[in-house]
Parts: sequence; C-alpha cells; structure tokens
Amino acid sequence: MLTDFWTWILDLGNSKTVALLIFFTTFVGIVIYVYSSRKRGERLESYRYMPLMDEDEADKRVKAAEAASQAKGEK
Amino acid sequence: MAHSAALSSEQYNYDIVKKFAIASIIWGILGMTAGVYIASELAWPFLNFDIAQITFGRLRPLHTSGVIFGFGGNALFATSYYVVQRTCQARLAGGTFWPNFTFWGWNLSVLIAGLLYLQGFTQGREYAEPVWFVDLAIAVVWVTYFLIFTVTLMKRNQPHIYVANWFYMSFILATALLHIFNNLAMPISLTSPVSYSLFSGAQDAMTQWWYGHNAVGFFLTAAFLGMMYYFVPKQAGRPVYSYRLSIIHFWALSFMYMWVGTHHLHWTAIPDWTSTLAATFSIMLLMPSWGGMINGIMTLSGAWDKLRTDPIMMFMITALSFYGMSTFEGPMMSLKSVNALSHYTDWTVGHVHSGALGWVAMISIASFYHMIPRLWNTTLYSMQLVYTHFFLATIGTILYITALWVSGIGQGLMLRAFDEYGNLAYTFVETVAFMHGPLVARAVGGLFFLSGMLLMAYNIYMTISRAKQEEGVPATAAAKA
Repeated sequence: MLTDFWTWILDLGNSKTVALLIFFTTFVGIVIYVYSSRKRGERLESYRYMPLMDEDEADKRVKAAEAASQAKGEK
Repeated sequence: MAHSAALSSEQYNYDIVKKFAIASIIWGILGMTAGVYIASELAWPFLNFDIAQITFGRLRPLHTSGVIFGFGGNALFATSYYVVQRTCQARLAGGTFWPNFTFWGWNLSVLIAGLLYLQGFTQGREYAEPVWFVDLAIAVVWVTYFLIFTVTLMKRNQPHIYVANWFYMSFILATALLHIFNNLAMPISLTSPVSYSLFSGAQDAMTQWWYGHNAVGFFLTAAFLGMMYYFVPKQAGRPVYSYRLSIIHFWALSFMYMWVGTHHLHWTAIPDWTSTLAATFSIMLLMPSWGGMINGIMTLSGAWDKLRTDPIMMFMITALSFYGMSTFEGPMMSLKSVNALSHYTDWTVGHVHSGALGWVAMISIASFYHMIPRLWNTTLYSMQLVYTHFFLATIGTILYITALWVSGIGQGLMLRAFDEYGNLAYTFVETVAFMHGPLVARAVGGLFFLSGMLLMAYNIYMTISRAKQEEGVPATAAAKA
C-alpha cells in the first residue's frame, strides 16, 4: 500500500497533481495560521506600524513642508 | 512586537540609493523617448528614414529593456536598498564596494545590451533579448544583489521582517530562477554574441512565456507591491489597512503566478490542458490582486482628504487603481474566447501599458517624490510641478490605453470578419488604415507621459541643487566665522 503511494508520487506524470496538492494544502495552512488565533492576529497586526517607526529629522522636515504646501493649496 | 528605535540617517548607506534613483530617472527618460519615437514610427512610417539602427524592430527592445530594466530595475534596486535598511534598522551589507558593484554591473549590462540591439544582436526572446555574455553578467550582479539583501536582513535590529521585504525577496529569488533557466543557451563561439537556446519548438515557447509572464508577476508586480507596502503607509502617515491581508496577498501571488505563463500561447501548438490550466490560474489571480489593491487603497481610510491635497498620494492611489484595472483586464484576456479576439492585436499592448505606465511607473514616481527629498535631507523644489506631473501622467496613460482599446478591438474584429461567402471581409492593409488614427492618439498619450517625466527630472534636479546649496551655507558661515 505504502509502496504504491510512493510509486504514484514519484511518477512524473502525476507531478502536476502532487504540486497542486502540496501548494494548496500549504496555502490553506497559512490562511488558518493567520486567521485562527486572536492573540496571533494581534501580534501580526502590530507589525503594521513598522514603517512608521523609523521617523527621523529628514522625515519631519519633509512632512512639515508638505503640510505647509497643502495648507496653502487649501486656502 | 517591533522595536521602535530608529538609526540616524547617517548610519544608513544612502549614497547607493541616490545613485540608483538618479539612474532610474535617466533611464526612464531615455526608454520612454525611444517608446514615443517607435509609437510615432507606427503612425508615420517615414520616421524610419531607411536607417536600420532606428527601425521599429531594433528600437523596440531598446524601449522595453530601457523602461523595464533601466527605469524599473534601478527603481527597485533604489527602493529595496532604502526599505530594507529602514525597516530592519540596519546598514546595508557589503560595505561600499558590493552595492556599487551592483550599480555599475546592472547599468553597464543594460547599456551594452541596448547598444547591441541597435546593431541587430538579440536572442529574439521577448524581455530576454540580451545576448549570452550580458546574461552571464546579469546573473553575477543578481547573485550579489541577493547576498547583499539577505545579509542585511540577517543583521536586522528588528525581530520581524516587514512584509515589503518579503515581496522584494520573492522578486529577487524568482527573477534569478527565471533569468537563469530561460537564458540557457549554447554560444556558437566564445567570440560571437550569437547563441542557440537549449530548448526547441513548443517547449522553447513555453519556457519563454513561463519567463515572460513571471517577469510581469515578480519583477513588475511583486517588487512594486513591496514598494507600495512601504511608501503608501509612509506617505499616508497611517499603517497599512491589514497586515494579515498582506500576508495572504503575498503567499497567494507567490503560489499562483508561476502557473499562468501559458495563457500567452492560447490557440498554438501546445497541449490544450496547459492552456486551460493557465487560464484557470489567471482567473484565480484576480482575488489576491484585488485583495492587495484594496489593502493599499484602504490604508488611506480616515484620511481621504489627502487625495485632494497631496499630489504624491494622488499618484499612489491612481497607481493602485490602475493595478486593480489591469489585474482585472489580464484575467479577462486570458480566457480563450476573449484571447481569440485580443491576441496579436494592439489590445495586448494597451493592456501592458495600463500596468506599466499606470501601475509600475506611477508607484515608482510617487516613491521617488517621497524618498528623494529625505535622501538629500531637503524638501521638494515644487509641489505644483508634482501636481502638473500627475495630470500629464494620468491623461497620457488614459489616452494611451483607450486609443489601443479602439485600435486593438477594431483590428481584432476586422481580422476575424467574414463576408457572406466565407471569405475574409477585410484585407490586412485595410486594418492598418483603420488603426492610423488610434496610433496617432497613442503616440500623443506617450508624449504626455514623457513630458511629465521631463518635469520630474527638472523638479528633482532643482531639489538636489538646492540641497547642495543648503549644505554649503553652514560650511561657508563656519569658514567666515
């Protein structure tokens, strides 16, 4: 039985089915991993803020200039 | 949880980012100028002037390589080196030598490939035209790029690798795989640029379009999504709408893109099941693509007023809208029945430019407008010019794609039309005559987009000049004191 299973998997003619099964199962596993736990969800969502954590002087300067330009445009 | 301590900008390697950003703008102008010229040649064929080097066949790969690898490639190097440093809060690996090696290696490869196209040397594989020794040089540069990026990730000061870097990493890995396998060839001699592909017949075609569509998927989509996932939240001043959705977006794209290349070969001598498989996965790709688009657009949730006041944000959201539109149009065109009409017509060219101008170029332009002032620690010379650029780019793109819808759909319908006796209703030259008007409109659309790029180059040049003046002022004041 087990030998038949391995023979089927190793047959190149079945490679598309094997690949599809592996990829689909992995993808479903990822979806379950991402959405199944509230605690894990909160941890993952906390990474949203990473781009906003690298504010430096140049950022502040450009932001101030853009805000001034936008305020001028609104008037 | 992520750490919040940021490095000061002096600790990052910004010199290499600056070089790639400037090179990208220069290549953008060169590549788009070639594009406008060949578009004009199609509308007014006398522009060939019987000079072999400037005919459509030789300038076309110069245009595509110039914009994809010159403009797009340099933009990706620039932004990936910028994003990986800032989100990992670590200096770029490789000291100054290896990043510079990637800069000169990449740009010389694109330049040499382009000059050889003009002399008629090409592999004849779409988007993989460079001859064998240029391919080898690109492979070496790419492995170096992979190592620099990976080592930077390994020495990060953040526990988590931000999702934008996942997209950049998948682009680097997939491009290496695609480039190496599609370019497997045997040179006729070590002193000749001519080579033969290791594949033949239908297998060669399938290898080429496995490469071709995944170049679109990983080079022109995944990598620019990396750009989007960093620069949209930065410019909006808000975090991305859903981090979990970005994870699903990433894995769904990674799993699905590799299967769809064969939709470029519908109704040819390939096995029918490969065609059906490609069409099926193309339709499925709509879901992650739109998930990503919604994730990007919804990042602006609660700050929609920025769409009225911030031209950089206008570029970003318009880019995402074009991303959504072209990722709807693509699956639709991959259906066999639609493809029977659209293939071998200008509709395909219009679709490509909806993605290339609307998505790729606009998100790159927006990222540059965000990044360049920060690199030089200054402010943009003129926001008014950014507004003007935005409207030139948007009008140019819309004019371009609508002209080619008219041209392509009309051309397809005419080529398939039969009269009451079962003969072809139109001669080929009648389709050409019909297309003249739309082809003129397409060239004008391209000219609009190119004008916007020239404005951008001026704006960036003045921004950098002003930054250098500002740098000089304290030094002069100190010298006087």
